Amino acid sequence: MSEARPTDSRNAILGKLRAGRDAHPLTPPESDFTVLRDKRWAPSERLDRIKTMMEAVHTEFLETTEADWPTAVQDFLKAQGTRTLLYGTATEAGQRLAASWTEGGPELVPYDGPVETFKERLFDGIDAGITTTLGAIADTGSLIVWPTPEEPRLMSLVPHMHLALLRADQLYDTFWQAMTENRWADGMPTNALLISGPSKTADIEQTLAYGVHGPKRLVVVVIR
Amino acid sequence: MSTDGTTVPFSGVPFSGVSFSGSRPDSVYYFGTCLVDLFYPEAGMAGIDLLKAQGLRVVFPQGQSCCGQPAYNSGYREEALKVARAQLDYFPGDWPIVVPSGSCAGMMKKHWPDLFKGEPDEARAKQVASRVWELTQFLVQVLNVKFEDQGPPVKITWHASCHAQREMGVVEEPKALLRQLANVELVELQRERECCGFGGTFSVRHPEISAAMVGDKVADIENTGAKAVVSGDCGCLMNISGALEGGKKPVRGVHIAQFLKERTHG
Amino acid sequence: MGETSVNFAKASTTALQDPQLRANFRRAMDGLMSKRAVQFADSKEWNAVRALGASVRLRALSKLPELLEKLEANCTRNGIQVHWASTTDEANAIVLSIMQRVNAKLVVKGKSMVSEEMHLNAFLEQHGIESLESDLGEYIVQLDEAMPSHIIMPAIHMNTKQIAHLFKQKIKEAEYTEDVAQLTDLARRVLRKKFATADVGISGVNMAVAETGTLCLVENEGNGRMSTTVPPVHIAVMGLEKVVEKLEDVPPVISLLTRSATAQPITTYVNMISSPRKEGEKDGPREIHLVILDNGRSSIYADEELRNTLRCIRCGACMNHCPVYTKVGGHAYEAPYPGPIGSILVPQMEGLAKRGELPHACTMCNACVEICPVKIPIVEIMGRLRAEAVHPGDSVKGAGSRASKAEAMVWKGWSMTYASPLAYRFATGLLAKLGNAAPTSLPLLKEWTNVRAKPRFASRTLHDLAREKGIPDV
Repeated sequence: MSEARPTDSRNAILGKLRAGRDAHPLTPPESDFTVLRDKRWAPSERLDRIKTMMEAVHTEFLETTEADWPTAVQDFLKAQGTRTLLYGTATEAGQRLAASWTEGGPELVPYDGPVETFKERLFDGIDAGITTTLGAIADTGSLIVWPTPEEPRLMSLVPHMHLALLRADQLYDTFWQAMTENRWADGMPTNALLISGPSKTADIEQTLAYGVHGPKRLVVVVIR
Repeated sequence: MSTDGTTVPFSGVPFSGVSFSGSRPDSVYYFGTCLVDLFYPEAGMAGIDLLKAQGLRVVFPQGQSCCGQPAYNSGYREEALKVARAQLDYFPGDWPIVVPSGSCAGMMKKHWPDLFKGEPDEARAKQVASRVWELTQFLVQVLNVKFEDQGPPVKITWHASCHAQREMGVVEEPKALLRQLANVELVELQRERECCGFGGTFSVRHPEISAAMVGDKVADIENTGAKAVVSGDCGCLMNISGALEGGKKPVRGVHIAQFLKERTHG
Repeated sequence: MGETSVNFAKASTTALQDPQLRANFRRAMDGLMSKRAVQFADSKEWNAVRALGASVRLRALSKLPELLEKLEANCTRNGIQVHWASTTDEANAIVLSIMQRVNAKLVVKGKSMVSEEMHLNAFLEQHGIESLESDLGEYIVQLDEAMPSHIIMPAIHMNTKQIAHLFKQKIKEAEYTEDVAQLTDLARRVLRKKFATADVGISGVNMAVAETGTLCLVENEGNGRMSTTVPPVHIAVMGLEKVVEKLEDVPPVISLLTRSATAQPITTYVNMISSPRKEGEKDGPREIHLVILDNGRSSIYADEELRNTLRCIRCGACMNHCPVYTKVGGHAYEAPYPGPIGSILVPQMEGLAKRGELPHACTMCNACVEICPVKIPIVEIMGRLRAEAVHPGDSVKGAGSRASKAEAMVWKGWSMTYASPLAYRFATGLLAKLGNAAPTSLPLLKEWTNVRAKPRFASRTLHDLAREKGIPDV
């Protein structure tokens, strides 16, 4: 195999593209985002729509309040027989959760070291993970999740159940609205996610099955 | 034409803003197409008669032959251009050009502007192309015809030609005409919009695939229980009727012009 | 050119003779078409979002070299290492050198069509590296030692029973079951161990954002997130056309992509990756490499008309709607990209000498053009490639390689006859009189009459009838 020098390929490719384009410049039509800008729902309708869309793909919802949510989460997990809950110790939500956690509930497991020291337990010994969200999107029924050092990326992926805290007043109409209003383009995080349900596949004869690689269950904890 | 492949799906609106406007013309040209000429001349005549019955003077230039599509789709554009160019002389007036085939009409209206691009007669070709109408489109949109059915009760189905639908934007017009016929029950195919597998040279280049496609089409037709399958394109008709006949199915394939004429002129 | 032509006709015949395969495809494609139609039931919205999506792709192509440079600069700033490969060999070599540096033994892969283009799995196996597909469909196909038959649903050609047998045969701990949930769970168990222990994760890229240096991946299963998050090294491979200018260009394209592909308003995960693990972060790969592959794309780009091929967002809807694909399935194309988009893309990448038959695997029905979410004039390009195949030139690899003197003579004769009213009248008169005497053993007629009655020439042409009936000539 010929091992071309990488810069040669880079310059050859870019040179060829430039020559091709300059020989036949292309004038693209205007990008008219009106169709996205005009997608609006009344604030009161957004959550209903999000629920309808996400429930259609097997997402579960837990309705609670600012005051009660840690207890509601604990009660829910107890009822499910969950043994371990992965959480972020340094977030405000994590601290509240830890502060109100009572005996008899699932074990709270902090994600407090690099994954290399934690992989085995993460893949084999964790039932559920809880993360915050940056809101949800009415158009597609999607949660916006930006993992952080306090809430690492795998918290919402590896445990069999993912609980996501959603503030009922943090709702957007469209993905486009969420990213433009919050000026995402000014600084993207390491990883930004939209999550719209539990992991699923239809690769076997187009039959839907949930929980193929990621969480088998997604529970949205709606905080009013 | 634009290079963005725009057609007008999901609507019966013609493919491009047709310049013909206002009142109906007193004369039209008729472009018979080469397949009609050789295999379905009676369907071609029926189209002429339908137009005449609406009080129009129909001009059939004897010098016409073919829109050039067979060569064009086979990759022989120069040869297609030569044949297309030979047609231009025969349609000098401003009258609409009515074509009893969505495929040939689509070739003229949609592809001639590309074919003649950069040629000295480009403007002329575009002018001719802009006057092209598919027959049922013209009957409905320009003439607003009303037919009175004079035939016995019959159940039929409709096969939509790909190019009529997707190049000419003709979807609802032919079915609207068929629905005007009181004694005709139109049962739609399950996959009305699916290609029958003709595709010009495709049918002989890939005979097995073409056979499988027309096989599915025939099964779909049989499932409707129709006595006849009506279509607006002779390519499809040759393929489907040939397969029906080859498979000894008691269903008749008939061009829409001929069917309309039979039903309305005894 | 000395290249062997790949025989689509032969491969498709094999497919046509498999009733199970035909039934699998018919059922699957019918379902996909009707579900997609529901997603785009509002034709006004469809037209608007489609126009927006097409404009995003065209704008990206209009600035392609600049956007690729910007992508490179922003990725580099973010800590993503960018590599350029002119050929698939170069791309494979780049991937291998990264693997060897980190002493990788096991690779988990998210779905990537470009890696299929590279035949990356086979290449890595040759170098002693296990490369495991983790998308369930790709995993099934890999177990079956086959190729994907659809770019979105790789195992669409198989039914549950066939997959059940395959799992029983190939997976040690498998018990025979036709329960889809159990089969899925089995794959989950097998693959989770692999995710946890893989040295490198490989993924494709659905879109790369020049403005922010962000790689976007859409998926339902979570294997893409696993592959790009768990292993210490992530290598993303992308065709150079996958760049878009701005972050705000992403939502309309994703919307068109997921609705067109699988009739979902959105996939379960939209995964946007902008950097490797930063200081203080607890997971994510420590290295990310982006391999930008040309493999003929810059040649396609040079041609004003053909460059529209590069608009493609790989939704696969053209396959679902193609009546030819529906009959023969994806394997008949013997290419990483089957169906209409494959029939125009593959011949341009691999040359018309080898792939000149693919542009003819099409009835020009335009069903694909009607639903293409970014308005690629697929059928026009199909026609153009048919012309290129028989006319020597330099705009497409292998142009003129299919020229045949005999065929050219036929069309020359045809055009001379049809361009002259006198010759045309003579020829049609002759056919009207004698055409029906032609034996069905004649070439073309033989193929035609295989399943059809012989077409019958009318005894008098329309020209004759019009004259007789006194239809005016001018």
